[in-house]
Amino acid sequence: MSSLLTAHASRRLVDKVLVDLALLVVAAGFVVPLLWLLLGAFNARAGLAVTWPHPWTLHNFHAILTFETTYRPMLNGAILCGGGTLLTVVASVLAAYPLSRYQFRAKRPFLLTILFATGLPITAIMVPVYGMFVQVNLIDTLTGTILFMATTALPISIWLTKNFMDGVPLELEQAAWTDGASVMQGLRSIVLPLMWPGLSVVTIYTFIGLWGNFFVPFVLLSSNDRLPASVSIYTFFGQYGQVVYGQLAAYSMLYSLPAVLLYLLLSRRLGGAFSFGGAVKG
Amino acid sequence: MSVSATAAPGAAARLRRGLLQGLPLGPAVVLLAVFLAGPILYCLYSAFTDMALTGASGAHFVGFDNFRKAFSSVEFRQSLLYTLIFTILSAVIGQNILGMVLALLMRSGTAWVRAVVSAIVIGAWVMPEVVAGYLWSAFLGDDGSLNRFLGLLSLPAQDWLFSIPILAVSLANIWRGTAFSMLVYSAALSEVPKEIEESATMDGAGTAQRLWSVTLPMIRRSITTNLMLITLQTLSVFGLIWTMTRGGPSNRSETLPLFAYQQAFQLSQLGYGTALALVLLAIGAVFSLVYLKALRLEDHR
Repeated sequence: MSSLLTAHASRRLVDKVLVDLALLVVAAGFVVPLLWLLLGAFNARAGLAVTWPHPWTLHNFHAILTFETTYRPMLNGAILCGGGTLLTVVASVLAAYPLSRYQFRAKRPFLLTILFATGLPITAIMVPVYGMFVQVNLIDTLTGTILFMATTALPISIWLTKNFMDGVPLELEQAAWTDGASVMQGLRSIVLPLMWPGLSVVTIYTFIGLWGNFFVPFVLLSSNDRLPASVSIYTFFGQYGQVVYGQLAAYSMLYSLPAVLLYLLLSRRLGGAFSFGGAVKG
Repeated sequence: MSVSATAAPGAAARLRRGLLQGLPLGPAVVLLAVFLAGPILYCLYSAFTDMALTGASGAHFVGFDNFRKAFSSVEFRQSLLYTLIFTILSAVIGQNILGMVLALLMRSGTAWVRAVVSAIVIGAWVMPEVVAGYLWSAFLGDDGSLNRFLGLLSLPAQDWLFSIPILAVSLANIWRGTAFSMLVYSAALSEVPKEIEESATMDGAGTAQRLWSVTLPMIRRSITTNLMLITLQTLSVFGLIWTMTRGGPSNRSETLPLFAYQQAFQLSQLGYGTALALVLLAIGAVFSLVYLKALRLEDHR
């Protein structure tokens, strides 16, 4: 009997080790392409293949940390994505309130339309958006691009915000109303503080999405001094005949950093990555 | 008379209250109407014109000419085929199955292994798509890491971006998108009650059998939802393919978004490009409707 138990336990142990091994093999496959970025950025003679930096250097970073190459595109990206995120979040919170708190006839069709819109491939409408922006003189403007970027993020953002707001009980607000607070005061002082974790998910998710977006600014902006980091990285290949891979890796690293840091902040705040999957699942 | 006199102010007040309550929807509705519904309507209009990129004044109504031109062109049919291959290979097979396998393995892995693996896989997801494109160009390129590795094993090297570009961009898309499926499936699996799986084991079901006839059916709805979402995401991939191959060489990785872009902007045929975009939009709309349907089914159950 006892030998049977130990056999069973040792089989379980073997299973667990096998599972861990399989997971680590997959992870290794995911890491290999990343190594080029991590090692190439510090390598004075980086090429296409991953090599151990020889010699280690910070020269790649020194070379790209200029106003034109790094600071300006980052600033433009911050303005575009910061502005777009702010607009999206404010519009989503306002829109989510009636959707979460009131019953009206158009509510279900409206929500279904929003959900339908989350699926539409935004890539497909870039050609007509370009045509439209030329006609109304919004082409190559930061304002026009911010407005459009905010709109692309809006459907999923409204959907998530509404779901998070549903989780805040109505009774607390009603108590504030009897104390004489208006609806908007109730939203600001009761609902928003209580749904803060959910709201930060929406904010960070929106920002990361916009920060990584290449196609929208690529089509809508053309002046060099307005391009964000996602588009100007692409000039590394066109502008100079010979690509300096070390510098490209260093720049890629700096450009990816805000997205990675924001994600880390998000997963720390919410205690693990899996709440994100739950949020996305809807 | 007296009845309508009392009813009218009541109705007016109700209408005023309704409008006031709906007011916060305003900014979102205006943005969506102008910048989402607007372009879609504009798309419906200009797809039937011969609008060019330069003088927008010279647009004429040409009926279904753009669509006739598209469906009779070899390039268009080819780009449809590449879109299909890219979607099936990278989303339906790659991201979906790898995401599921990871989510399943994660359940019985050691805690620190789970943490490391999810950090790495999600890290790939958080990377901007252009950076992912460069990473994979470097990995698969002629002098890239993969060929060095194959060289060490004395296997023949080749320029993967040149010989099988559609496979190269699909691999990159699997790398980038698997985290999404993994997160969706992990969330779904965490809601499967342990007792049900355990009782299946008691009844003598093997691991594979238990997975196939107990676990997977229980998360069926998540599988449908996930498949639709990743298909939609993959249909609109542009930056990744653009940075890796620009649709080449000789259009052998040119999916529909890239084809439409090239016709509209590089060949200045805005009308034709819009018609192609409309085809993509229609395909996306169909998948989006299926997704809605899958979600609505749950409401009735």
